[in-house]
Amino acid sequence: MRRSTLIFLALLALSTAAVTVMAGGGLISTSFVKTLGMTLCLCLAAVAMDLVWGYAGILSLGHMAFFALGGYMIGMWLMWARTEAIVVQALSGQPLPPTAEEIRQGIGGQIFGVVGTSDIPWIWSFAHSLPLQLLLVVLVPGLLAAVFGWLAFRSRVTGVYLSILTQAMTLALALYLFQNDSGLRGNNGLSGLQNLPGVSAPQEVTALWLFWASALALAGGYLLAAWVVGGKFGSVIRAIRDDEQRVRFLGYPVEGFKLFVFTLTAVIAAIAGALYYPQAGIINPAEMMPIASIYLAVWVAIGGRGRLYGAVIGAAVVSLLSSWFTGGRAPSIPLGFYTIDWVDWWQVLLGLAFVLVTLLAPKGIGGLFR
Amino acid sequence: MRGLLPLLLALVLALPAHAQNVAAVLDVHRDQIEKPSRTSIGPVIDALAASGDPLAATVLAAWEDRRLGVLEDGTFVLTDGDAATSLEGQPVAGKATVLRPNAGVRGLIAGALVQFQLTDPDPAARVAAIDAIARNPSADHLPLVRAALEKSPDPALERLERLLTLRFDPDPAARVAAIESFGSSLSLDVRAALNPLLATARVATVDEPQGNIAREIPVSELGRVAAYDLLVQAGLAPARLTREAAQQALVAHIQNGQVAGIPVASLNTQDARDAAYSALEASGAVPPAATEDEVDAALASATFAEIYAEPEAQVTDAARAALRGIDAKVGAMQAADLAMDAVSLASIYFLAAIGLAITFGVMRVINMAHGEFIMMGAYTGYVVQQVVPNYTLSLVVALPLAFLVTFAAGVVLERLVIRHLYKRPLETLLATFGVSILLQQLAKNIFGTQARPLTAPDWLSGSLVINDVVAISWIRIAILVLALLFLGLYLFIMRRTRLGLEVRAVQQNPTMAASMGISPGRINMLAFGLGSGIAGIAGVAIGLFAQVTSEIGQQYIVQSFMTVVVGGVGSIFGTLAGAALIGFLQKGIEWLNPSNTLAAQTYMILFIIVFIQFRPRGIIALKGRAAGD
Repeated sequence: MRRSTLIFLALLALSTAAVTVMAGGGLISTSFVKTLGMTLCLCLAAVAMDLVWGYAGILSLGHMAFFALGGYMIGMWLMWARTEAIVVQALSGQPLPPTAEEIRQGIGGQIFGVVGTSDIPWIWSFAHSLPLQLLLVVLVPGLLAAVFGWLAFRSRVTGVYLSILTQAMTLALALYLFQNDSGLRGNNGLSGLQNLPGVSAPQEVTALWLFWASALALAGGYLLAAWVVGGKFGSVIRAIRDDEQRVRFLGYPVEGFKLFVFTLTAVIAAIAGALYYPQAGIINPAEMMPIASIYLAVWVAIGGRGRLYGAVIGAAVVSLLSSWFTGGRAPSIPLGFYTIDWVDWWQVLLGLAFVLVTLLAPKGIGGLFR
Repeated sequence: MRGLLPLLLALVLALPAHAQNVAAVLDVHRDQIEKPSRTSIGPVIDALAASGDPLAATVLAAWEDRRLGVLEDGTFVLTDGDAATSLEGQPVAGKATVLRPNAGVRGLIAGALVQFQLTDPDPAARVAAIDAIARNPSADHLPLVRAALEKSPDPALERLERLLTLRFDPDPAARVAAIESFGSSLSLDVRAALNPLLATARVATVDEPQGNIAREIPVSELGRVAAYDLLVQAGLAPARLTREAAQQALVAHIQNGQVAGIPVASLNTQDARDAAYSALEASGAVPPAATEDEVDAALASATFAEIYAEPEAQVTDAARAALRGIDAKVGAMQAADLAMDAVSLASIYFLAAIGLAITFGVMRVINMAHGEFIMMGAYTGYVVQQVVPNYTLSLVVALPLAFLVTFAAGVVLERLVIRHLYKRPLETLLATFGVSILLQQLAKNIFGTQARPLTAPDWLSGSLVINDVVAISWIRIAILVLALLFLGLYLFIMRRTRLGLEVRAVQQNPTMAASMGISPGRINMLAFGLGSGIAGIAGVAIGLFAQVTSEIGQQYIVQSFMTVVVGGVGSIFGTLAGAALIGFLQKGIEWLNPSNTLAAQTYMILFIIVFIQFRPRGIIALKGRAAGD
């Protein structure tokens, strides 16, 4: 195992322990624990992005779609199970015990009332079962990535064309989910996901659980990615990044390698999303718009492509800074004639930083460590 | 004056009934006219209208306008402000009390006035009267219209007569003739007159259905539940036991936690509940419910049919035939309308993408800030409108100004950023994305988040109406013209000017071009500026029909790139074909599912993803060296 991986894991373990202690001592608020947990999930998504872009050279502008799909899949179970508990509770007051059909109708009315129906769409068939829905977290984005990747790589769509195509895929998915009859509550999205069904522990405790789960997932994802890029496989995908044509002439099935990396990273992103949204509490199709995926690429670029820790640094630094600046906590700068309010100017700064990093430090922050 | 009344009355009685004096009629019905009520005033109005006095129309109109007054001595006068004139128009001294009929009475008066207006010498009044009848036709109008038609033949009146005839004439043959006289006219009023003739109601009977039967409906088409409900409505079958009723019956018979000996706790399936209800039935506690077999028997013995409200079969046949012809024609017209919509959408996409055809298509630079150049153009238009209040003039100023502003922005972007990244196209994408979020936020900081209006001049608002089905707004025609203009401009610059030659040379082989004395840096800068400038002009055009916000560019950027990619990078005709494909496709899908434009976009993008599989280089693929990598 490489030294950087060990250092990273040690740092992750240390900071997880530190956050746990500080949260237990009341030094940091529950909402900040959630923010940190969400940041870890974004870091995991960034690791996936780094694997597919930094190592395999596929600039996917659609990985946040897989991230959000993972969130939707787990969100369906969270929402179903919670609503079921509420409906059973409400029906228990009636003279006759409720039939299974009545409970289903109640759940349908509760969940889909906002989109003007009480019919339960077929895509919710497995929503009652946690194991099945967990399986779907992996299967749905994985299959989508596999089919899309197969179509795209087979016809040798590469470079910027692939980026535009992945962006189109994200946009199509988001627009589809924005419809009320998509079966996922249109632009209302899924909400109330922060309440874990069947768990009576308070939010302070569940926030820590999810934080630990996120840290564990990041550690696992990092290890997996490090293992994938460390061996011969890693050499092949880096070679594909540098000269696809030549690798193909050497006899490697380039499309297979690319498809594997694309699908694997989609699954990692989906798992990250499945951990992210229970902490965010709400998911809606806006999370899937192409801009989110472009931000993911931005984080990886700022952190440093082709280095896994670079991706983690980029995602953590930029997303934490973003929430600090846009949260209104950053002090405004009075210039006399004009006051720079960071809520308004952070995006300008970010855009500028982005141009400068691309121009002046193509290796990103991670490149400074070498 | 009073003394004259008996004389007048005698005079009135001596005259034939159709030529009474209006003043006399007014006098006879004085009480009702001064305190009119909607329910009883009808005969009075009719008497006035039928008096035959040429003053009748004047008096009725004045009454409706609240210009009819009564002097203290009881004489009816016309009032105008404080002044009063006699019914004949002579000035009269004295203070008049103005009559104020309520809205209902005025409606009745207006109805009676119609017959005078139909023969009014003023054409505008005639048209207004015809329109009033056409909006709210009734059987009473038919004789009035026919009488007016005899006096003064008029095409519009004649048409109205046929419209009324086809609905209200007592003679079916006359109605059929009227229906057939319209052929397959596309007018909305003809369709509005024909459609009520074909209104149907669903009925259930146990014997032969009576009336003008449209068709019999098999139970399988109606569905068992709906069919049985019809039977219940017709009083031919007992109401069915609903789940709710059964449940209430069960709840009503809970005794000691049991229903008919079955514990309540076990009633958590529908089968258990049915069993409990059957047990209650057996004990006689509840009335027996219709079983499925009884429902089947009732349905089998009954006939279900759709029956026309219109009793005459020949009229409904003629109306159906006429409507079928009209529908076919309307369908063809709608297809034409859809095609025009699609052309207009395609021209919008083309306009948004034509700048990209230069920066992306020729120079291969992915400029994610292209959408923000569109935005800059739109905001330029908005700012110019704040300074120049004349909309036409401001548009004339805004178009070149938008070009200049975005040309300059494009040149600056190329010099500062893109120039350094020609070797790293993927990173151009990221850097220009940074520029994009920067520009968007700047626009938000300057102009705020709410939409800014960019108003089109009057000559651009409104539509070109071809008939009741096909209409296209002038703005869309203007955008089409603008798009074609730019297509011509692009072709001219790229094929006929020194700049175009040098741009193509630099794109194909920068080193060779440089050795021929062309400065690649300068050419790239100019070409990028040109593409950006066109985006700015597109922004003004798009801003005219869309809301100008900082996100206006974002709505077009993905579609614009897809237009270029689908069409074939590097070929302007490819971009044109791509825009046409995307426009027609989107409108076509919207036509299949009109309520849902989001779905249309989704399926369109999916189609494009699949399309790329088969033609990875777009519709018009460059071949040979020009194709590059």
